[in-house]
Amino acid sequence: MVKVVDMGDYIIEMLNITKKFPGVVANDNITLKLKRGEIHALLGENGAGKSTLMSVLFGLYQPDSGEIRKNGQVVKINNPNDANALGIGMVHQHFKLVEIFTVLENIILGVEPSKMGFIQKNEARKKVMELSEKYGLRVDPDAYIEDITVGMQQRVEILKMLYRDNEILIFDEPTAVLTPQEIRELLQIMKGFAREGKSILFITHKLNEIMEVADRCTVLRKGKLIGTVNVKDTTKEELSRMMVGRDISFSVNKKEKKPGKVVLSVRNLNVVSKIHGKNVVKNVSFDVRAGEIVCIAGIDGNGQTEIVNAITGLEKPTSGKIMLNGHDITRASIRERSIRGMSHIPEDRHKHGLVLDYKLEENLVLQRYWQPEFQNRGFIKFDSVRKYAEKLIEKFDIRSGQGPVTIVRSMSGGNQQKAIIAREIDKDHDLLIAVQPTRGLDIGAIEYVHKQLVERRDAGKAVLLVSLELDEVMDISDRILVIYGGEIVGELNPKTTTMEELGLYMSGAKRDVVKEINDAGEE
Amino acid sequence: MEIVYYLIQNTLPVAIPLLLVALGGMFSETSGVVNIALEGIMLFGAYFGALFVYFVQDLGLNPQTILLLAMLVAAVAGVIYSLLLSFAAVNMKANQVITGTSLNMLIPAVILLFSKMYFNSDGVTTAVNFYIQKIPVLGDIPVIGRMFFQKTYLTVMIGILFLIISTVVFYKTKFGLRLRACGEHPHAADSVGINVYKMRYAGVTISGILGGIGGFFYSVGVMDGNVNGHTGVAGFGFLALAVMIFGQWRPGKIFLASLFFAFLRTLAYSISLIPFLYNLGINQTYYKMLPYVATMVVLAFTSKKSRAPKAEGIPYDKSSR
Repeated sequence: MVKVVDMGDYIIEMLNITKKFPGVVANDNITLKLKRGEIHALLGENGAGKSTLMSVLFGLYQPDSGEIRKNGQVVKINNPNDANALGIGMVHQHFKLVEIFTVLENIILGVEPSKMGFIQKNEARKKVMELSEKYGLRVDPDAYIEDITVGMQQRVEILKMLYRDNEILIFDEPTAVLTPQEIRELLQIMKGFAREGKSILFITHKLNEIMEVADRCTVLRKGKLIGTVNVKDTTKEELSRMMVGRDISFSVNKKEKKPGKVVLSVRNLNVVSKIHGKNVVKNVSFDVRAGEIVCIAGIDGNGQTEIVNAITGLEKPTSGKIMLNGHDITRASIRERSIRGMSHIPEDRHKHGLVLDYKLEENLVLQRYWQPEFQNRGFIKFDSVRKYAEKLIEKFDIRSGQGPVTIVRSMSGGNQQKAIIAREIDKDHDLLIAVQPTRGLDIGAIEYVHKQLVERRDAGKAVLLVSLELDEVMDISDRILVIYGGEIVGELNPKTTTMEELGLYMSGAKRDVVKEINDAGEE
Repeated sequence: MEIVYYLIQNTLPVAIPLLLVALGGMFSETSGVVNIALEGIMLFGAYFGALFVYFVQDLGLNPQTILLLAMLVAAVAGVIYSLLLSFAAVNMKANQVITGTSLNMLIPAVILLFSKMYFNSDGVTTAVNFYIQKIPVLGDIPVIGRMFFQKTYLTVMIGILFLIISTVVFYKTKFGLRLRACGEHPHAADSVGINVYKMRYAGVTISGILGGIGGFFYSVGVMDGNVNGHTGVAGFGFLALAVMIFGQWRPGKIFLASLFFAFLRTLAYSISLIPFLYNLGINQTYYKMLPYVATMVVLAFTSKKSRAPKAEGIPYDKSSR
């Protein structure tokens, strides 16, 4: 069902935009109209064509057909300079900041105030500081980008737009990289811009954020326009149905299950950071049993990564003991851990999960290529690899351009993640470690990942989940271990606790004396 | 004290070609194009500079005028040769290291061929004396005058001038800021409307100018105005790359690094004047290895910490992200 609300006074109209790339129509006859002073959300799954549409508006791509109007006048936007001249600015999903430049230099790059070619830094600094104060965008103009937080980098990107006096602001998934506090702050700032008469296009796939700040929302699916709706007349459920094309359940269906024997047991684990030489994991002990999902929750950078690295063998612990199925694996090789039943969905899927320039089939067999099924005297049996890959692709619904021979780099994030999950789940395992498995995925893919994790639990496997998303933590875990400053400060039951309480533990405002767990996981 | 004067007077004319060529490399690499071809560009500039001198030397012009004119010729020659690199690296998106290497291999052969054809020799030999005994007024300043303005070449003053201009352009101008952005994060530069291709052409072209001039200054300050196809510029183009890395792609540090290498070389060639070293009885050939051995040692220790422009060597492709 397509609803289009139409009531004049548009600052930007993108009419019947079509943009094709080899083999795919990224935007198919899409019309989007932006009103003056509104926050207009652009919703869609990964690969729905949101970013392409915005790149067309920003002059990075030229549309194959269709036209763009500003204040009713047809305009041609050939490059970002043209967009800038029309008052269009964009905060890109991956920030476009030069790391070795200062904040100030990044803001003025391309529009430097200058006399005879010489940059007038003082003039620029004055204007930047005025903007910074006016909008509450705290930055240090002389700090280098590489030294500041992601949140401040984003403020630099926003200041870049304001410095150029842009009145049409595009935000491409601005909240993906922020902490909950920073998200709240950003949404307030966006509202402030709208009140001032600036018009905002807000790309996202987080429905809560749309409900909170957006006036209207345009939904794309697979390159096609599904519709534009008034946010106050709609619901999260309706939006998600428009986005995905089917009903999405927000809560995960989970049967009661009694945990079985201890699969993973960690005792008094200490890890020293490679970066600053201090203890980042302090005396951490916990068990994960068969048939339960244990979640380590906490704000990013509190030692989660190091705990997982120690368990999976990516990093050596300084002291402590890690047992898997009763075997001491503290110093074992990664291959041995894998054989003993550990599967790992890593935090950084590009760095540790996949060989991006390998084919899909090669990636799918990465954990198993040495087994007799796939090799003979060192030679890979490519026909069995192919067969195996085809089986997994079908079973796990991995979508790609050319099937088993697709280069993984060219696949969408969701399907890359599916490939990792397929590989890790299909091999023999008793323990599945999933670190932020839904990061950067769209809602359909998130649902899929959650279903897979719960299915593993129901199949009697132990699941250790590390997540920063509170919704995810509350929805799918059986037990929550809250980590703060490298220590486990509380163990919570998701059924009896609240988001607020969890938040207090995560911020370090509350902590329990966690009872000592006596010796290893023997029953 | 005599020996200190001597070393300084002889270090500078050697340091200047290194300085200029390394600055050229800096402009090219901070725009994002790896310039291995510096050696070739130097030699190309040196050859045309020397050819120019050869053809005008009998006209009775002032030697310093000839030097300035030949410098312009060398700059133009350097630019022309560097355009081959720009074209391959920017337009054709070719591998920059391979392109640079082939450009290096081409030039000595070409010089030998043409010199044999037209001069029946291995290179160009000129007969203009560019040496300056003493610069009027400045040369009379106590101590400093003797160090910097006596028994020297005009190339030294020009080189320092280029250093100052380069530093100002690099750090204080719109152009410099944009150029550096292109070598570090071309997508960021593109997103604020900077034409990355143009900036990279500009960077390589500047390296052509400085490389060509540096080559000619090498033949003036080190080879008495001659160029031949066998010794070429004796690896000074590569040494300049080391100077650039040692100097961390920064003009001031590059200047110090070029002085360091030039000093070692001068020292190596002056052993017989330094009784202490001479009496050690080490074969002088070993001393001549000094600058090159130092290159290896210095790079081994600094290259780990060194921070090259992030996007250098990667052809810019608008559509990839």
